[in-house]
Amino acid sequence: MVPELGHFALILALCVAIVQATVPLAGTVWRVPGWIALARPAASAQMLFLVLAFGALVWSFIANDFSVAYVAQNSNSALPLEYRISAVWGGHEGSLLLWGLILGGWTFAVAMFSRRLPDDMVARVIAVMGLISIGFLLFMLLTSNPFDRLVPPAPDGRDLNPLLQDFGLIVHPPMLYMGYVGFSVAFAFAIAALIEGRLDATWARWSRPWTIVAWVFMTFGIALGSWWAYYELGWGGWWFWDPVENASFMPWLIGTALIHSLAVSEKRNTFKNWTVLLAIFAFSLSLLGTFLVRSGVLTSVHAFASDPARGIFILAFLLLVIGGSLALFAWRAPAVKSTGHFQLVARETAMLSGNVLLVVAMGAVLLGTLYPLILDAFALGKISVGPPYFNAVFVPLMAPLLLILGVGPHMRWKQDDAATLLRRYRFVLLVSVVAGILLPLVAYGTVTPGVGLGVALACWVVGGSVVDLGRRVRTSRGLRGVPRSYWGMTTAHAGLAVVVVGVTLTSAYSTESDVRMAPGESLEMAGYTFHFDSVDQVAGPNYDASFGHFRITAADGSQVARLNPEKRIYRVQTMPMTEAGIDGGLFRDLFIAMGEPLGDGAWAVRIYHKPFIAWLWLGAILMGCGGLLAASDRRYRLAVKSAQAATVGPVATAES
Amino acid sequence: MIHRLFPGLMLALLLGFATMGWAAIESFEFDSPEQEARFKQLSGELRCLVCQNQSIGDSNAELAQDLRREVFEMIKEGQSDAEIVDFLVARYGDFVLYRPPVNYTTALLWAGPFLLIAIGLFFMIRFIRTRVATTDGVGTLSAEEQSRLDVLLQTPAKDEHT
Repeated sequence: MVPELGHFALILALCVAIVQATVPLAGTVWRVPGWIALARPAASAQMLFLVLAFGALVWSFIANDFSVAYVAQNSNSALPLEYRISAVWGGHEGSLLLWGLILGGWTFAVAMFSRRLPDDMVARVIAVMGLISIGFLLFMLLTSNPFDRLVPPAPDGRDLNPLLQDFGLIVHPPMLYMGYVGFSVAFAFAIAALIEGRLDATWARWSRPWTIVAWVFMTFGIALGSWWAYYELGWGGWWFWDPVENASFMPWLIGTALIHSLAVSEKRNTFKNWTVLLAIFAFSLSLLGTFLVRSGVLTSVHAFASDPARGIFILAFLLLVIGGSLALFAWRAPAVKSTGHFQLVARETAMLSGNVLLVVAMGAVLLGTLYPLILDAFALGKISVGPPYFNAVFVPLMAPLLLILGVGPHMRWKQDDAATLLRRYRFVLLVSVVAGILLPLVAYGTVTPGVGLGVALACWVVGGSVVDLGRRVRTSRGLRGVPRSYWGMTTAHAGLAVVVVGVTLTSAYSTESDVRMAPGESLEMAGYTFHFDSVDQVAGPNYDASFGHFRITAADGSQVARLNPEKRIYRVQTMPMTEAGIDGGLFRDLFIAMGEPLGDGAWAVRIYHKPFIAWLWLGAILMGCGGLLAASDRRYRLAVKSAQAATVGPVATAES
Repeated sequence: MIHRLFPGLMLALLLGFATMGWAAIESFEFDSPEQEARFKQLSGELRCLVCQNQSIGDSNAELAQDLRREVFEMIKEGQSDAEIVDFLVARYGDFVLYRPPVNYTTALLWAGPFLLIAIGLFFMIRFIRTRVATTDGVGTLSAEEQSRLDVLLQTPAKDEHT
């Protein structure tokens, strides 16, 4: 009964979405206030039905209703409750429903938090989001219904993939989807502005906080995924350039370019077409990412062919969204004039260069991700594109970006003076170069050009911010006079520098040992001694584990940590899983994973010393917090009022 | 080979990422640290053919274990990296390489990023030129006058409609 109610709620959500997408939009064309006013209630109703549908699926999982095919495929009666709930988004159908629910949530938020925006603008934005929702709900109902029944019902479920039975996987997908779907708000604002033919500073100002918040979710989502890969996959890596990772990284890169371009559009009334294009691409890549991961096309192009209905729907939907919005862009964009002028040495130039580098980096990642699929689809041979390719093309693009980042944000709009800048920043430049060479040399005794460059660029970015902050404090009224958005920018950029230090040092100075160890034996590495004490057999709720006991001591004999790596066998899928034991720290992680038993009580053991790896996630947290600071700047709340005054009448496109 | 490959392949396809949680850990005895470094480099750049996007160094599928042993033995026999790679490509094709070779099918892949940056720079420079050129017309004002003018020009945006 409950699954049928969920199914019905999904159908009702589709009906509401159709109303939400058409009536308010028609209302703005024919100027019918009643139709325009329908946008907000429609958004609320759609949210309600999606919550009901999602709740029905959650209920089916909690109640172990194995007559629902999706539940039988992804759950088991022995699965602990928290994983039964997170199993809701453990597969294709459920994650689509989560996507739909989050889209409903963002639409609802737009309806709630835009009371001070002009009604027809909000109506257009909500209508565009309704259009997207129609696509997703149709896809679910026609090809991927999570409520399909299984006749006869399964006696028990096939269990959730053990890899997903983990805290990280409870949090990672919703976080990432909040980011993916959040870009739909920026997309909807851009499309709404194109439909209206009004692209001005107020449009940029309205979409900025939404875009930044979506970007923050995405940043946290990607960082969580990377962290999860590090501790759960069991071989100590944190980024594999896997297509699934690239799928989330590409919209993030474009989203990063977008929040910067939006800033220029708002403050300087220029780059407007570029900003709209970025908003379209950020969301298109989010869609592409969702489908790449969910359609199975990454495993093999032939998986696509094995289920043609899904494949064709996905292609048609992508084509419609991307093609439709680009056609609208091509129609409207020529009329948009940017009025802001600037000289070669100006903050605009720096922002534009950074944007170009981010977009090119995304293009390279896209090329590497899709190239093997395209070759395979045209029967031109099977190739693999992996980390050697991506590192070779990505790293050289990031170095100039960081170089720009040290000084670009601190340049003046319109025009600045190269000689003044050089005078102001030459000390930081000198210190950075010296630090890049000396710091690794002092800490590790060796330095390579790559390490030196990474550390120097990180120092340069932070140093540049410090110099500028000092100038601001002196010229404005102390620290209080510095606006929150400025703190946000500085924090986020410092976060990137922290990530760079983490990536550089952990890549260069990690030490690793794959050894055969028996209980009672010990191994010395990187100044620590790893003692293997014993192994117990432990039974978990749905797995059996070999539970290792390790002790780590420092050179002076004092105990550093006790770690318990596990080797689990999950009963239903009889799948072995490695649970690493990790002693985390600010400057190094110690990592132990147990491999196979080698007979006579001995085990294959992998031990890592990973310096500065925590900085990767610390930096990402800083970047996210920076975004939150910037989005909560009071000017966005004040700006809404004054913006309304400026939009009483439609501003001619040619002037804006 | 086929009878061994097949179950692994089916497993990988059925479970998707399933095989990923199963880290590859074993111990080889190398003659020198250089050999070990070469082994790590190579096993990170060779693809486990039955897994969903894992290197043979990361996977514990049977095939990956076999390939690791094979690479290990070839290194011990004193073969060069190029010889080992050539041998594996002859047997499995380019699919086994995470660093795709440069040939006519991959030309666009390797040239792509350079093309992209060239296109990006071209349009960027063209755009900046138009911006700078339009400024020249009003360049008779000093920087200070210009910024005052800007302030004045920005505020009346509201007045237009009142």
